[in-house]
Amino acid sequence: MRKKILINIKTILKFSLIILCGFVFASCSGSKGKVQIDFWAFGAEAEHAKVLTKEFEKLNPGIKVKVQAIPWTAALEKLITAYASDTTPDIVQLGNTWIPEFVALNSLTNLNKWIKNSKIVNKKRFFPGIWKTNIIDNKVYGIPWYVDTRVLFYRTDILKKVGYDQPPKTWSQLYDVSVKIKKMYGNQEKYAIFIPTNEWVPFIVFGLQAGASILKDDNSFGNFSDPKFEKAFRFLIKFYKQKLAPVDMTQVSNVYQAFASGFFAMYITGPWNVTEFKNRLPDSLQGKWMTAPLPAYDGNKYPGKSLAGGSSLVIFKASKHKKEAWKLIEFLTKKSSQVEFFKLSSDLPSVDDAWHDTVLTDNKYLKAFYEQLHNVVPTPKVPEWEHIVSGKVQEYAEFAARGKMTPKQALKNLDKDTDRILAERRWILSRENK
Amino acid sequence: MKYNNNISAAYLFLTPALLAIFIFFLIPVFAALLMSFTNFDIYSLGHISYARFVGLSNYIEIFKDPLFWQSLINTFYFVIAGGPLSIAVSLGAALLLSSKLVKFKGIFRLVYFMPVVTTLVAVSILWRFIYQPRFGILNYLLGFIGIHPIDWLGNPHWAMPAIILMAIWKNFGYNMIIFIAGLQNIPEDLYEAANIEGASEWNKFKNITLPMLAPTTLFVSIITIIGYFQLFAEPYVMTQGGPLNSTLSIVLYMYREGFRWWNMGYSAAIAFILFFIILVISLIQLKVQRETAI
Repeated sequence: MRKKILINIKTILKFSLIILCGFVFASCSGSKGKVQIDFWAFGAEAEHAKVLTKEFEKLNPGIKVKVQAIPWTAALEKLITAYASDTTPDIVQLGNTWIPEFVALNSLTNLNKWIKNSKIVNKKRFFPGIWKTNIIDNKVYGIPWYVDTRVLFYRTDILKKVGYDQPPKTWSQLYDVSVKIKKMYGNQEKYAIFIPTNEWVPFIVFGLQAGASILKDDNSFGNFSDPKFEKAFRFLIKFYKQKLAPVDMTQVSNVYQAFASGFFAMYITGPWNVTEFKNRLPDSLQGKWMTAPLPAYDGNKYPGKSLAGGSSLVIFKASKHKKEAWKLIEFLTKKSSQVEFFKLSSDLPSVDDAWHDTVLTDNKYLKAFYEQLHNVVPTPKVPEWEHIVSGKVQEYAEFAARGKMTPKQALKNLDKDTDRILAERRWILSRENK
Repeated sequence: MKYNNNISAAYLFLTPALLAIFIFFLIPVFAALLMSFTNFDIYSLGHISYARFVGLSNYIEIFKDPLFWQSLINTFYFVIAGGPLSIAVSLGAALLLSSKLVKFKGIFRLVYFMPVVTTLVAVSILWRFIYQPRFGILNYLLGFIGIHPIDWLGNPHWAMPAIILMAIWKNFGYNMIIFIAGLQNIPEDLYEAANIEGASEWNKFKNITLPMLAPTTLFVSIITIIGYFQLFAEPYVMTQGGPLNSTLSIVLYMYREGFRWWNMGYSAAIAFILFFIILVISLIQLKVQRETAI
């Protein structure tokens, strides 16, 4: 009896040893053959990226790319949480206004050395304004993957009715055409332009166009009360006050429907809407809308400045496969991959050479974007940027638009809140200066 | 001796539960308390040397922050207007469903309870359609009785009532079930005695139903008020705190500061202020109930 039990124990031990060996062997052989790199992409881009990475894997049999899709709305939270828990992926698609935040976290790889030795990633191939968003203290932290900037979408038929064969090219023309459109509608509840107060971009864009610096003293204080910014702010608020733009966002539950029904005739928005407008506007309206670069501050060169947006590819410091990750970046910024990615996602290529492909030149709506991309500027590079604009600029724009505060009051409060948000930055700057 | 043995056995069985509470509740709460006295933020996450104790300055900042007071007022508005209303509606529904005249009770109970088990985010999105000012069904229906379209979620005066209405619709079923259970526990002979005495329906309700339901009502009101103070998902999905911050609740404000802007210290301090408010109000409720019971 006892012997039997002993034997049993022995066999169990043997078996478990074999299984254990099996595991060790399997894991060894698995990692010996292929290097796996984790690539996080957001929203629809992740799905499209998978198509490209398959091709990359074919070209580089030693590398396996695991693409993880993360919804845009949770992206920033998820990335910071990953950083806090030391589980960052190798390579990530990062909204380029977020780069300062992740540099402040000391989490990104300085890419200068890699760029110097690269035959594909060359500064000259990219739009200068977009490239700049990736530089902090002369160090490049991200490579532009696709770009995004805001232009004017407008109804050609409505503008023609009020005597505008061309889109407005200056601020005063923009105002003039809006007044005329509103006049044409009389008492109908229709508007000329849609400037949602829950989007900070127009407010910052017009401020930058007027020559405002947004922040001051090494980006450590708000500078919204500056006369230049105030001028831009007052200009936009005027549109709400004179009912040229709707104040309340819930009225426009469907932008496409509202644009089609003439609820508004102009809208400053980004490239994703080219495809959306094409697909969602009724057939009767196709051919009655167009895109144009932003109007310029009176006296400045046309087109006016817009924001350098888009996503960059970054490599996390903690990555163990930087070489392979860089290879993937090179692959994704190749001309052919950029064109392919545009076909899949309609995201605009970040490299100039891809723009000369017929797929892009044949699309008449993209011309405005190409022109605009040569005049784009980055936003101030502070980690608190999202908090300042998404939190505060929008809040006070709404207060001013609804007439609860005068523009002056709103900007004063905005400066006060911004200074509070930047307090920690001032403390760190003063410590570094010591 | 035997008694002691029993005690240690009890401890043994309690250990897993106590351990779980200690690790997953007490330690995080204590860490959050500690954090509320620091400036922990995005910079500290990158370089821990930037984190430092700042004493009570987070709390002082919060009391100086107009947005905090706004969110506090909004939350109280929601609790004071929505709380009693929600309890009244659930009690009313429970009474109706307990009435002998009603048929198909099971179906009604199911229908009323359905919103409780539906995902809040899905429900909020649906209600956003209902509230839509130009095409929403609510304004369409109000149009029949001659009420002009109301911009429910876009008007700072109407946004909170709209959220309260939705929250009550979503939650009353849960309290209703508890009230039904409470009503079933009231002995039938009390009503029989009242009937013999010739008491009116209202007198029966006032002198039998309500006093007998007192413990249930206390439970329901404490749970409801605590829940209502933690208003978050409805404004998060429907209004993002707008328009003009008129639906910004304390929890939404805390979430924004903590998980959007990563001001963890500040956010933790807000959490503890909310904790104290809920604690004090629950204690007052308990005390009031005890005194009226005597």
